[in-house]
Amino acid sequence: MNLDDLIQQFQQKDKIAFEKLYTMYAENICGVINTIIQNPERAEELCQDVFVKIWEKSDSYNPTKGRFFTWILNIARNTAIDELRSKTHKNQKKNLHVHSLVGIFEKGEDLNSKVDTIGIQTLLKGLKEKCMLLIDLLYYKGYTQKEVAKELNTPIGTIKTRIRSCISEIRKNMKL
Amino acid sequence: MDIEKYIASGILELYIAGALSAEENLEVQHYALQYPEIQKEIEAIEEAMLQLTKSTSPELSDTSFKKVLSRLDDTIPFLPATSEKRIPWASYVGWAASLLLIIGMTWLYLQNNDLKSEIELTNKENEDLQQTITKTQNTIVEKEALLQELRNKNVTVVALGGQKVAPTSFAKAYWNKNKGQVIIDSQGLPTPPAGYTYQIWSLTLDPLTPTSLGLLDNFDTDTSKMFTLPNTNDSQAFGITLEPEGGSPTPTMEQLYVLGTVGP
Repeated sequence: MNLDDLIQQFQQKDKIAFEKLYTMYAENICGVINTIIQNPERAEELCQDVFVKIWEKSDSYNPTKGRFFTWILNIARNTAIDELRSKTHKNQKKNLHVHSLVGIFEKGEDLNSKVDTIGIQTLLKGLKEKCMLLIDLLYYKGYTQKEVAKELNTPIGTIKTRIRSCISEIRKNMKL
Repeated sequence: MDIEKYIASGILELYIAGALSAEENLEVQHYALQYPEIQKEIEAIEEAMLQLTKSTSPELSDTSFKKVLSRLDDTIPFLPATSEKRIPWASYVGWAASLLLIIGMTWLYLQNNDLKSEIELTNKENEDLQQTITKTQNTIVEKEALLQELRNKNVTVVALGGQKVAPTSFAKAYWNKNKGQVIIDSQGLPTPPAGYTYQIWSLTLDPLTPTSLGLLDNFDTDTSKMFTLPNTNDSQAFGITLEPEGGSPTPTMEQLYVLGTVGP
């Protein structure tokens, strides 16, 4: 079955379609949250919250506004960022690295050890810290291109070509 | 447009990140539908991000989805089973009442129409009866008048006896000499054959001079068989003959039905 049909069935509150989508995207969503909050147990709980939200808000997904992955990615990072701002989190984790993706990479270990998964050390191999920072802001923090340009004091055009080359490096690493 | 340049611009990476404006999103989708290379590139970028996000996932417990599912049941609206469905009696009764009202109204309307036509019919009958009454009253008045004429003291009654051609026939003449009028009672005469009519004659005897008083027209249809004719003659006898339709200048004596002389 193609993804569009599956999403349509899910939007009609089909739980079987929903379970398929969960199987397809659960690790991505949980991974995004874990990258942001860096707490695997809490990440799994929040990940479940995100899927409940996805089910409840299924009507609000509009294919003309973007990819399904982009939609759930946005819900996941908003949930994770809310968690970062909550008091409980602040009390638990005081020394969180500001740039989460860099922080995880710098630990030098692979988090997800499943056979079908390419390790983060492989994927980010050779990437400059600038690249990881850019990926973090755009994909994990949900910055718009304007916000990134302002934050890094760099023209939008440069931001675009740079993210292009950063992702291209990951794509090369995938083939290693 | 230069597809490679478009791809190289990095706009597709921002599209997957959700970092574009609404207009730019639409533009990318438009090109993705138009150019398969762009669609393919979008999917490749997404795949890279899927790999990257997946790589940081914690190990998920087997019950993870079940936990999500159990929370969905609390959040979706409760739909009662069909067997427990409440029957909307008020609604049913309402509809039934409306239906009965419509049937009732229709019945009354039809009844009303029937009654109206019955009234019309009765009115017509009344008119007919009224006419009959009027007719009857007129007839009575006529008969009364006739009776008064016959009873008049100046009236001389002459009995006309049956002659050779019709021995059983008879008639009577009520002659009011002062008024110059004679009433013939022809009840005793047979109905004349087609093409013939009775003619009344006033006679003076010496010498025998017949004078026509008139014809008994419409003999068949006149039920009373009483005919009023003017007679200013000094009549000594009255006779009735059968003549061809339209009458004759002199009486056909062979067809003399009745004859009677005026008494002294």
